[in-house]
Amino acid sequence: MSYAIPVFLPFFLAALFAAIAPVRFRYLLILVPLVNGILLYVNADSLEPISIQLHTFTLQIMDVGAAVNEQDAKLSLLFAYLFHLACFICLIYAMHIKDKVQLVAGLLYAGSAIGAVFAGDFITLFIFWELLALTSAFLVFARRTKAAKTAGIRYLIIQILSGVLLLIGAISYFQQTGTTDIGYIGLGSVASWFFLIAFGIKAAFPFMHTWLTDAYPEATPVGTVFLSAFTTKVAIYMLARTFPGEDLLVYIGAAMTCFPIFYAVIENDLRKVLAYSLINQLGFMVCGIGIGTALALNGTVAHAFNDVIFKGLLFMTMGAVLTRVGHVNGSNLGGLYKTMPKTTLFCIVGAASISAFPLFSGFVSKSMVMAAMIEAGHDYLWLMLLFASAGVFHHAGIKIPFFAFFAHDSGLRPKEAPTNMLIAMGIASAICILVGTYPALLYSLLPWENDYVAYDITHTLTQLQLLFFSALAFVWLNQRGLYPPELKSVNLDFEWIYRKLLPSSGNAVYRLASSTKASCFSVLVYLSNTIPTMKRGSDANAATMTLRMALGFVVLVVLAFATQFM
Amino acid sequence: MEQLTILLIVIPLMCAPITALIPSEKITWALTLIVSLISLAISFYILYEVIDGKHVIYELGGWRPPWGIEYKIDSLNAFVAVIVSGISALACLFAYRSVPSEIDKKTIPLFYAAFQLCLLGLLGISLTGDIFNLFVFLEISSLATYALISMGKHRKALTAAFSYLILGTIGATFFLIGVGFLFAASGSLNTADIASRFSSFEDMQLVETALIFMVMGIALKAAIFPLHSWLPNAYGQAPSAVSVFLSATATKVSIYVLLRILFDLYPVEYWVDMLLPQIMLSLGCAAVIYGSYRAWQQVEMKRLLAFSSVAQIGYMVIGLSMLNELGLIASIIHLFNHAVIKATLFIGAGILLYRANTTQLKSLRGLGKDMPWTFAAIALAGLSLIGVPGTVGFVTKWYLLEAAVEKGLWIVVATIVVGSVLAIAYVWKIVENLYFRSKRKIHIHDVSSGDDGVAKAPKTMTMALWIGAIMCIIFGLNTELSFQAASSAATALLER
Repeated sequence: MSYAIPVFLPFFLAALFAAIAPVRFRYLLILVPLVNGILLYVNADSLEPISIQLHTFTLQIMDVGAAVNEQDAKLSLLFAYLFHLACFICLIYAMHIKDKVQLVAGLLYAGSAIGAVFAGDFITLFIFWELLALTSAFLVFARRTKAAKTAGIRYLIIQILSGVLLLIGAISYFQQTGTTDIGYIGLGSVASWFFLIAFGIKAAFPFMHTWLTDAYPEATPVGTVFLSAFTTKVAIYMLARTFPGEDLLVYIGAAMTCFPIFYAVIENDLRKVLAYSLINQLGFMVCGIGIGTALALNGTVAHAFNDVIFKGLLFMTMGAVLTRVGHVNGSNLGGLYKTMPKTTLFCIVGAASISAFPLFSGFVSKSMVMAAMIEAGHDYLWLMLLFASAGVFHHAGIKIPFFAFFAHDSGLRPKEAPTNMLIAMGIASAICILVGTYPALLYSLLPWENDYVAYDITHTLTQLQLLFFSALAFVWLNQRGLYPPELKSVNLDFEWIYRKLLPSSGNAVYRLASSTKASCFSVLVYLSNTIPTMKRGSDANAATMTLRMALGFVVLVVLAFATQFM
Repeated sequence: MEQLTILLIVIPLMCAPITALIPSEKITWALTLIVSLISLAISFYILYEVIDGKHVIYELGGWRPPWGIEYKIDSLNAFVAVIVSGISALACLFAYRSVPSEIDKKTIPLFYAAFQLCLLGLLGISLTGDIFNLFVFLEISSLATYALISMGKHRKALTAAFSYLILGTIGATFFLIGVGFLFAASGSLNTADIASRFSSFEDMQLVETALIFMVMGIALKAAIFPLHSWLPNAYGQAPSAVSVFLSATATKVSIYVLLRILFDLYPVEYWVDMLLPQIMLSLGCAAVIYGSYRAWQQVEMKRLLAFSSVAQIGYMVIGLSMLNELGLIASIIHLFNHAVIKATLFIGAGILLYRANTTQLKSLRGLGKDMPWTFAAIALAGLSLIGVPGTVGFVTKWYLLEAAVEKGLWIVVATIVVGSVLAIAYVWKIVENLYFRSKRKIHIHDVSSGDDGVAKAPKTMTMALWIGAIMCIIFGLNTELSFQAASSAATALLER
C-alpha cells in the first residue's frame, strides 16, 4: 500500500465535511490527523512526488522522494508529523465547541501548513502561504468581539503583505535564476531580501512581530492554540530551508530572545504574556538557523517541535481559564488551583517544559542551540541567550502558573475545564515529559547527523543553578514588592509606531502640506481648480472631454516637435 | 479557406436588414444567436489555421492590394474575432429574457438588427488590413452602438447616447484626419504597403501629425484615461445585454487597433523617440489607480463595473507600452481575459436588474442569499478581477509582473499591487452588499404582489452567467489556447 495523495488533501476534505455535515459528527474529525499521520509515518520512505501543470510552470505540491536530498526530506517530514500531532491535539481541545467556523478554519489552516512544508517551489509555497493567512484570520474573527475583529483585520493585512512580498521575491528570483525551486538562497540579491522580510514577518522578527502579540490574545481559546502551532513554525521551516548559516539571523534571533522578556514581565493579559514568550522561543530557533551547524539546525528543529507542544499546552491551560472565567487578566485571577487542580497541574508541566527543567522537553532541545552557540564562538550572544533562558523562567515558568492559579485568592470558583480539554492537555503534558525523559525518541527523527547527549553533568547542573537562582530572584523581588505588579495598563510596543506614530505623522505631514498650500495659495488654488473634484457621480461632460482631446493633442505635438531636436 | 474570412463580414451584413423586417422577437433573437454562433465557429476555425504564425489573405473583389482592400489575418486578428463573436453569442443567450424586459416590444427587431450591425463593425475592424476600411467599420459599429445605448430603460439613456455620439464622432474624426494625413503622405491605405514603404516618407512632418491624430482618436474610443469619461455613463445606461456585449468587446477592439497602429503601421523606433511609451505607461498606471479608486466610490453596480473597466484597460496600456514580448502577451491575453470577466459580471448585474429592478448596491443588500448561484458566479468573476491564482485574472497579472520585473519598472509592480488591493476593495463592496449586509426588504418596483421573495433567475440567463464564470476558471487553469494565440501575435507584432 502506498501513500499517493497530497498530504494536505485529507485536511481540506475534512474541512469540507465539517462545513457540510451536521455539527454532531465533529468527533469524526479527530480521526483525520491521527489516521493520516500514521499512514504518512508508515509510508515515509515510499512517498511519491506530485506536481500539477499550471500555465507555464509546474506546481510541485509534493516535493518528496528520491530527487530531494535527505535532510530536506526529513525536515519536511518532521514538520509534517509535528503539524499532524498539533492538529490532533488542537482538535481534541476544540471538541466542546459547536462553532463550525473554528473547526473548518482550523482544519484548513492545519492543511495549509502541511501543504507549505511539502511545497517544492515558491509559487506553491505562495499559495499555501496566503491560505495560511486567510484561514487563520477566521480563528481570530471567530471570537466575535469588536477588539477581535479589528485585531483580525490588522493581522490579515500584515499576513497578506508578507505573501505579496513573497510573490515579488519569487518573481525576481525567477528572473535571476530561471527557477522557482525552493533551495538555499542566502542573502545578497534583491530577491533574497524580499524573501527574508516575507519569512521574517511570519517568524515575528523584531519590529515585524506586532501582529503576533496583537492578534493571538484576541483569538478564541481554541483559535490561539491553533495559531501558536502553525504560522510561525512554517516560517521557521522556510528559514531553515533557505537561509541556514546566515550570520545576520544570529543577531536577529538573539534580539528576539531578549526584548520580549521585558514586555512579558509587565503584561497583564496572560495570553499576551505567552505571545511574547512565543517570540522569545522563536528567537532561539532563529539563532539556531543563523549558526547553521548540524547541531544548531537539529536544535532548532527539535526546539520547534517541543515549542509547539509546550506552548500549545500553556495556551490550552490559559484557554481553559478563559473558557471558565471569561478573562485571563493576571490582576483579577488567582487561587484557581482550588477548583481547577488538573489544569493547574498541566500548566505547571508546561511551565517546567518551557523553562527547560531537566526531565522536561524544553531542556533537551534548547540546550542544543546554546551548545551550538558556544561552539560557534559567539560568547556574548550566548550570554544573551542565557539571560533569555532565565527570563523565560520568570515570565512563563513562574508568572503564568503563579498569577493564574496561586497568588492571592481572587474568590473565583470556576468549574474544572471540560473533559475534552483535559484530555488534550494531558496528551500534550505526556509528550512533554516523554520527550524530556527519553530524548532519543525525538533525536532519531532529526534531519542531520546527531550525537548530542542532553543529560551530562555540567549542563544539567548549570541549568538547575540558573533556574534556582532565577526562582530565588522571583521570590525575593515578590517579597520586597519590587516585582512589577499585575496591573491593568497599556504597554507600548513597537506597534505604537504603526498604529499611532505613522498615522499621526502622516496627519502632521498632511497638515504641513496644507499649510504650505495655504502659503502659496494663488498657484495651488489655480492648479487644484483645474483638477476636477472626484465626486461619486461626477463625470466630465462632452465639452471637457473635447478640451482634454485638444490639450492632449497639443501636448503630444509639442513633445514630438521638441524631441526632434534631441 | 480564404472565402471564409469574408463570410464573417457578409453574414451579419446580410442578416441585419432581414432581421429588421421580421416582426417576431423570438425569430429575430434566434437569427442573431445563429449569426453569432456561425461567426464564432468561423473565427475559431481561422484561429486554429493561423495560430502558429501563418497568414490568411483575402483580396476583396479580386483587386490586388495596395489598390484593393485586403484582409490579412494573423493570430491577433483571429483572436480578437473569436473574442468578439464569442461574447456576442454569450450576450445573445443572455438577451433572450433580458431584452423583452427592458425594451419596447416593437423595437426589438430593430434592436437585434443594430446588434448584428455592431457585431459586423467590430468583426470588420478586427479583420481588415486597410486603414480606411477600418474607419468605415469603426463608424458602422459606433453608429449601431449609439442606437443600442439609446434603447436603455431610463430616459437618461438618451442623453448618455447623445453625449457618447458627440464624443465618438470626435474620436472617429480625429482618426479619419489621421488616416487622411497618412494617405496624403504615403499615397496608400493598405497597412502592409504603408509599413513597407515607410522609410521613403518618414521625414514628413505630416506622418508624425497623422500618428498623433490616430492615437488620440483611438485612445478616446478605447477609453484610455483621461479620455474615459463617456464610458461609465454609456455602459451604465445601456440595456443589460448591450452593456455585456460592449463592455467586453468595444474597448478591446479599440486597444487592438492601437496595437496595429503602433506596432504594424508605424515602426516602433519611430514613436519611441516621441516619448509616447513613457506617456502611455504613466497614463496606464494612473488609469489603474484612478479607475479602481472611482470604482470603489460607486454605489451602483453597473457604474462600478464600468470604472473597473477603465482600470483594466489601464493594465492593457501598461502591457503594450512596456515594449517587451511579455508585456505584449499580457496585454493581448488580457483582451480575452478581461472580456470574459467583464461579460460575466455584467451578466450578473443584468440578472440582478432583471429580478430586483435596480442595480443600486444599497437596494441589493442580502439578495445574494436569495440567489446563491448567481451570487456565486459573480463572486467567482470578482475573484478573477482581483487576480486570484487559478483564475484568468492571475494569468495577466503574472505576465505583467514578469514583464515589469524584466524591465526593472518597479513603479509598474507597485501599481499592480495597489491596483489589486483596490480591486479587492471594490469587489468586496459588491460581495458585502449582496451577501454580508443584513437583508432589507427589497424594494421592487412594478411588482403587484407584496411577496418579498425573489424568484430564480431565468435559465438562459443563468446559463450565460455560468458559461462565463466557468470560462474564468478554465482559461485560468488551462491557458494553452489564449497563451499560444497571444504569444504568436506578440512575436508577430515585435518582429517588424
